[in-house]
Amino acid sequence: MIPPSFEYHRPSSVEEAVGLLSSLGSEVKILAGGHSLLPMMKLRFAEPEHLVDINRIPELKGVRVIGDDIVIGAMTSENAVIADPVLNAKVPLLPEAAKNIADPQVRNRGTIGGDIAHGDPANDHPALALACDAIMTVVGPNGTRQVPASEFFLGTYWTALEETDILTEITVKAFPQGAGYAYKKLKRKTGDWATAACAVVVALSGSSVSHIRITLTNLGPTALRAYDAESILMGQSINDDLIRQAAAKAMEICDPAEDLRGDAEYKTAMAGQMVQRAINEALAKAS
Amino acid sequence: MNAPVKTLEERKSELQGMGDSRLRKEDARFIQGKGQYCDDIKLPGMLHMDIVRSPVAHGRIKKINKDPAMAIPGVHAVLTADDLKPLNLHWMPTLAGDVAAVLADEKVHFQMQEVAIVIADDRYIAADAVEAVEVEYEELPVVIDPYKALEPDAPVLREDLAGKTEGAHGPRDHHNHIFTWEAGDKSAADDAFANAPVTVSQHMHYPRVHPCPLETCGCVASFDPVKGELTTWMTSQAPHVVRTVVSMLSGVPESKVRIISPDIGGGFGNKVGVYPGYVCAIVSSIVLGRPVKWSEDRIENISTTAFARDYHMDGHLAATEDGKILGLKVDVVADHGAFDACADPTKFPAGLFHICSGSYDIPSAHCSVKGVYTNKAPGGVAYRCSFRVTEAVYLIERMVDVLAQKLNMDKAEIRKKNFIRKEQFPYTSAFGFEYDSGDYHTALEKVLDAVDYKALRAEQEQKRNDPNCPTLMGIGLVTFTEVVGAGPSKICDILGVGMFDSCEIRIHPTGSAIARMGTITQGQGHQTTYAQIIASELGIPSEVIQVEEGDTSTAPYGLGTYGSRSTPVAGAAIAMAARKIHAKARKIAAHLLEVAEGDLDWEIDRFKVRGNEEQFKTMADIAWAAYNQPPEGLEPGLEAVHYYDPPNFTYPFGIYLCVVDIDKGTGESSIRRFYALDDCGTRINPMIIDGQIHGGLTEGFAVAMGQQMPFDEQGNLMGNTLMDYFLPTAVETPTWETDYTVTPSPHHPIGAKGVAESPHVGSIPTFNSAVVDAFAHLGVTHIDMPHTSYRVWKKLKEEGVQL
Repeated sequence: MIPPSFEYHRPSSVEEAVGLLSSLGSEVKILAGGHSLLPMMKLRFAEPEHLVDINRIPELKGVRVIGDDIVIGAMTSENAVIADPVLNAKVPLLPEAAKNIADPQVRNRGTIGGDIAHGDPANDHPALALACDAIMTVVGPNGTRQVPASEFFLGTYWTALEETDILTEITVKAFPQGAGYAYKKLKRKTGDWATAACAVVVALSGSSVSHIRITLTNLGPTALRAYDAESILMGQSINDDLIRQAAAKAMEICDPAEDLRGDAEYKTAMAGQMVQRAINEALAKAS
Repeated sequence: MNAPVKTLEERKSELQGMGDSRLRKEDARFIQGKGQYCDDIKLPGMLHMDIVRSPVAHGRIKKINKDPAMAIPGVHAVLTADDLKPLNLHWMPTLAGDVAAVLADEKVHFQMQEVAIVIADDRYIAADAVEAVEVEYEELPVVIDPYKALEPDAPVLREDLAGKTEGAHGPRDHHNHIFTWEAGDKSAADDAFANAPVTVSQHMHYPRVHPCPLETCGCVASFDPVKGELTTWMTSQAPHVVRTVVSMLSGVPESKVRIISPDIGGGFGNKVGVYPGYVCAIVSSIVLGRPVKWSEDRIENISTTAFARDYHMDGHLAATEDGKILGLKVDVVADHGAFDACADPTKFPAGLFHICSGSYDIPSAHCSVKGVYTNKAPGGVAYRCSFRVTEAVYLIERMVDVLAQKLNMDKAEIRKKNFIRKEQFPYTSAFGFEYDSGDYHTALEKVLDAVDYKALRAEQEQKRNDPNCPTLMGIGLVTFTEVVGAGPSKICDILGVGMFDSCEIRIHPTGSAIARMGTITQGQGHQTTYAQIIASELGIPSEVIQVEEGDTSTAPYGLGTYGSRSTPVAGAAIAMAARKIHAKARKIAAHLLEVAEGDLDWEIDRFKVRGNEEQFKTMADIAWAAYNQPPEGLEPGLEAVHYYDPPNFTYPFGIYLCVVDIDKGTGESSIRRFYALDDCGTRINPMIIDGQIHGGLTEGFAVAMGQQMPFDEQGNLMGNTLMDYFLPTAVETPTWETDYTVTPSPHHPIGAKGVAESPHVGSIPTFNSAVVDAFAHLGVTHIDMPHTSYRVWKKLKEEGVQL
């Protein structure tokens, strides 16, 4: 449970960090909150030669409102997300769901950007980013670019980030007026990853659905957006039968890996349960 | 102005004696982070040890290349079995009469077995050196299933035992067979079954679990080459026995070996045994002449140091049609792993499993336990229970439920019908245990009233009839009896040392006191509760009584703390030592008051002259006199030591009831209610008892609902981290309701029976009973633990239950 030796770097700006990533070669890792990386390092599953600690870069932290955009610094901790008044008012799914991540100690260190950039389908923020139509701001040696969440997650531990890139910001828009939302996460215990989880955002126009997102955590190689399930509900007045149909559609795209949490059949069935429960809870909140 | 005269009640309450919920004396240092655990020990020149472990579960070691590790700067030594051979330390005796490899000798028998050790300047270099040691293995077929281990052509696991047809506990009839141990009367039980109108049978597996204390195992060994003295700080629940073993193994005279158990962060049986890590650290310190520290990490702890349970049990009950039990038969296949390293009294290779007739008056009974080697880590310790009592209680409580179901009787009714009645105590069971005291009927009625059992059953009936109900409701009931306080030395010993325990009390001239015991607290709160016994016996305030344990150089010899033995055995030693002091104090008081001893009455904290209330001497007065003007012919000083050899075990009991709601969609179980009534005899500190019960119930909840050590076919332990191994947090832990009755033990000096393990032993089958009960209307009689959501969901699916 002791990592091999490594070089530790602590840049104070994004430029300096990108410069380090470009100059240190391939065996380099960015240290954000460290709650995925350090356990892998102490088990020697990951043996980076260099760690670039971006915790002391002030511009990466905090939530800002720029016009219609809500810009979340990648190094904003989970507890800061939970406490943030703007997010609670405009994108309440994020703080509510973040309460389900790990435990209070981890949430003090763990960051939204680290959670996303790790590319682990078991992490919660990828599905939340999909549900919020988030845009990722990425800074690399050739400048800044923006990647929508729908194009960001490419595979397990594989994202649109190049080795020399840093995820700096996550930008979301306020939910539609009166939108309901929910994140239902089945887990074995506090601190565990999801056996299956589902995020739902729904807005109604009269009694029919005018906006819907249904996204899934830990049910495939990446976070998943259940487009077909959304289609079943979009424009409809939702009833139990439609919810069951949507859940069945969501289950069709699940391809979970078997582990001690359960086999693929169980996890897929749980996806169906979480989808139904999340839709119901989101609907109850929608006005 | 004269101080106001205190009332008897005031004087009594100032002592904070037995029955007082005084706050834990230990907490001040623990909550400030000022505990001193093994890993806090830092000595000048101390080196660090780490262990090279086998990646394969069964294999032959072809080659070990130490050179790359030795080449790392800061590495002092790399040792293998070959290095220990000249010292004859490559194998060591186990408590169960077997031998265990200290470092793998030619073969490895389980995944993560100790193959080599490295000693380095710091923990980081040691970890790098472990990676650098090159070991070549030839993989051998792996045996995980104990039934397959007993097949004629099963791979031979223990080649070192080749040709050995006699084991420590009788004949061995197969190369992977360790022992077969029996108790009870087989022919009487067979007769009962042959003639019984009703019989039921059930197979069940009590899964392998791990005690998983918060602090893992470790030690700091420090050999002084000049004085020839060995001091070792160690995470041990039994430091005195360890000293004896270390002396026997190392050849260092016992008088020059000092074992210190400092603060210990939980034991639960995991810290009873002697592990290769301890032995290697000690050897390294002797060889290098420098202190050596070894601290396990969590994965090592769960994977290699002692597990618990892993009993495959077949239970059978014979009964009349109206539910009176006539006979019990049990056959167990016990998976002991690679070495028989169970921590049991020497003569009991299956511990006290034969308490499996439980709280019931069963006229005939027989049990047989067959120990088997497999390619898993050794152990089989008593995880927060007396030796194998958890398995026994689980077996009988499950079987009584199965019988009730077969007869369509209520769980509570069948228990009432079969309970040992109050007037039958002392009661000798068909297995020969002499139960000291009990009143099961009263306790059961109290619980059924408290929870309104009838209303719960009515609610369950209504829910079962409602197809739209999203949950299955189950009610679990367990009425258990434990056997603890090992034990009478005529039958109980560890490596030949009788299982007495000890206490030495010294009253200082100014009336404060120090007491030292052969036990060692690991969270039980001995420093608090032991003082309370002395306070009540001697009239000295608890606050001024220091309790010390765990240092073999200062404490009297004792067998340690496990199996709920501290209060039943050491607690009795305390009372007896205190009574010796009390007797001497009476002589001194008589002398001081110039009356005959017989003219004195003891009252809370003083001897007073009968008929003359103003004439008295407090224990503080007497202590001063003992050092100042003892009566002629009486030695000065006021101290005593007592070694207490218990005449019998004690038999705490309890009635537990659990209500569970199972989510038909996800298989999640929600513990709606858990009501635990315990009878541990005389209660010393009700607050600490409540804490013990809360802790034990929480561990029981963990075992029943989530803990598992699954192995794949290659013998890899899946889930050896706290991500997978279930330790509940406050979020998952249910709310506990506690209650009690008091039925003192008639043979114990203060009537106390021990309590720490009852909630673990009793709660596990209660959770199980509740989960099975949720399915009972579908004809389900048993479901193996753990009841994870996944496993329960599979059962829901199998039974066709849908949301």
